[in-house]
Amino acid sequence: MQLRNSSDRYGLVSIVLHWLVAVTVFGLFALGYWMVGLDYYSSWYKTAPDIHKSIGILLFMVMLGRMLWRRFSPPPASLPSHGRMTRLGAKLGHAFLYLGLFVLMISGYLISTADGRGIPVFGLFEVPSTLTSIPGQEDIAGLVHEYLAWALVIFAGIHALAALKHHLIDRDRTLTRMFGR
Amino acid sequence: MLKKTLAALALGSVLFGAGQAMAADYAIDKQGQHAFVNFKISHLGYSWLYGTFKDFDGSFTFDDKNPEASKVSVTLNTTSIDTNHAERDKHIRSGDFLNVSKHPTATFESTAVKSTGDGAADITGNLTLNGVTKPVVIAAKFIGQGDDPWGGYRAGFEGTTTLKLKDFDIQKDLGPASQEVELIISVEGVRK
Repeated sequence: MQLRNSSDRYGLVSIVLHWLVAVTVFGLFALGYWMVGLDYYSSWYKTAPDIHKSIGILLFMVMLGRMLWRRFSPPPASLPSHGRMTRLGAKLGHAFLYLGLFVLMISGYLISTADGRGIPVFGLFEVPSTLTSIPGQEDIAGLVHEYLAWALVIFAGIHALAALKHHLIDRDRTLTRMFGR
Repeated sequence: MLKKTLAALALGSVLFGAGQAMAADYAIDKQGQHAFVNFKISHLGYSWLYGTFKDFDGSFTFDDKNPEASKVSVTLNTTSIDTNHAERDKHIRSGDFLNVSKHPTATFESTAVKSTGDGAADITGNLTLNGVTKPVVIAAKFIGQGDDPWGGYRAGFEGTTTLKLKDFDIQKDLGPASQEVELIISVEGVRK
């Protein structure tokens, strides 16, 4: 399999990035959902949020790389069988996934850094705070983070269902292309 | 013995000798913020965690000739909690603790003041916190009063009381050492 996308196929880099981000997003959602309900005396009470934040920062960096790669190696053209509405819907849907994910990650960052603290990433390096004085910052960012996380995983589910619809009902290559076919 | 007598005399002169002996209404000095509603709670039994509420207002009536006729009323914005840690503050505002979106204000209204001597008094009143109203007793101490350098007249107090978190329907269990929180209230009023 080629690394770069061609006009007809996805290359290895885009495919790996896609599935890596997919697994990470659902993993972070599950981790986040679980960790906010932990008992104060749970041994995970401190470590789970640390891991959630560390992976979140790494995901942000991966997503920046993914955007760059998209510039360097644009995705293949839509399948000829896809009509105008399908193409438009897919474009808007993908735009929401990208944009939503960035807003989601930034809102999480704004919670943890609202008082000027940085975010240590697995103890390797620390991302410093930037915006700290928005009134009610941690609360507003917290609400955005919570609701957007739900919206995004639900939307990602719809994205997956749409891919399955293409595969099972339309019997086109939409889904298999994301596996390099 | 002598020390005690002197102290009593000094206190007597403060309480009764100043000639400013009328019941007067005071507004908590919010403008200059010479007023604090602080709290402390044990962390695991190993240290004290301190926090404060930044936004509150209130007034009191104080008559040094008749301290038992004093009254106090305070309204506090629970969202303004600050423990010097944004994530913790966010957590305390949530349903696990103060439920501030549902109960944005806490209030205290005194119902009785009982002098306990030496410029001290027990202030009984109704505290409403997290939507629960319960009587509490604040052990208060008169700190001082007199003219300020800017043309006003001020009086100040400090009081403490201990609340059981469970009494005010605070759900999160922080462990056996952290079932209670101590409130430390320090206010200066400017005579109206």
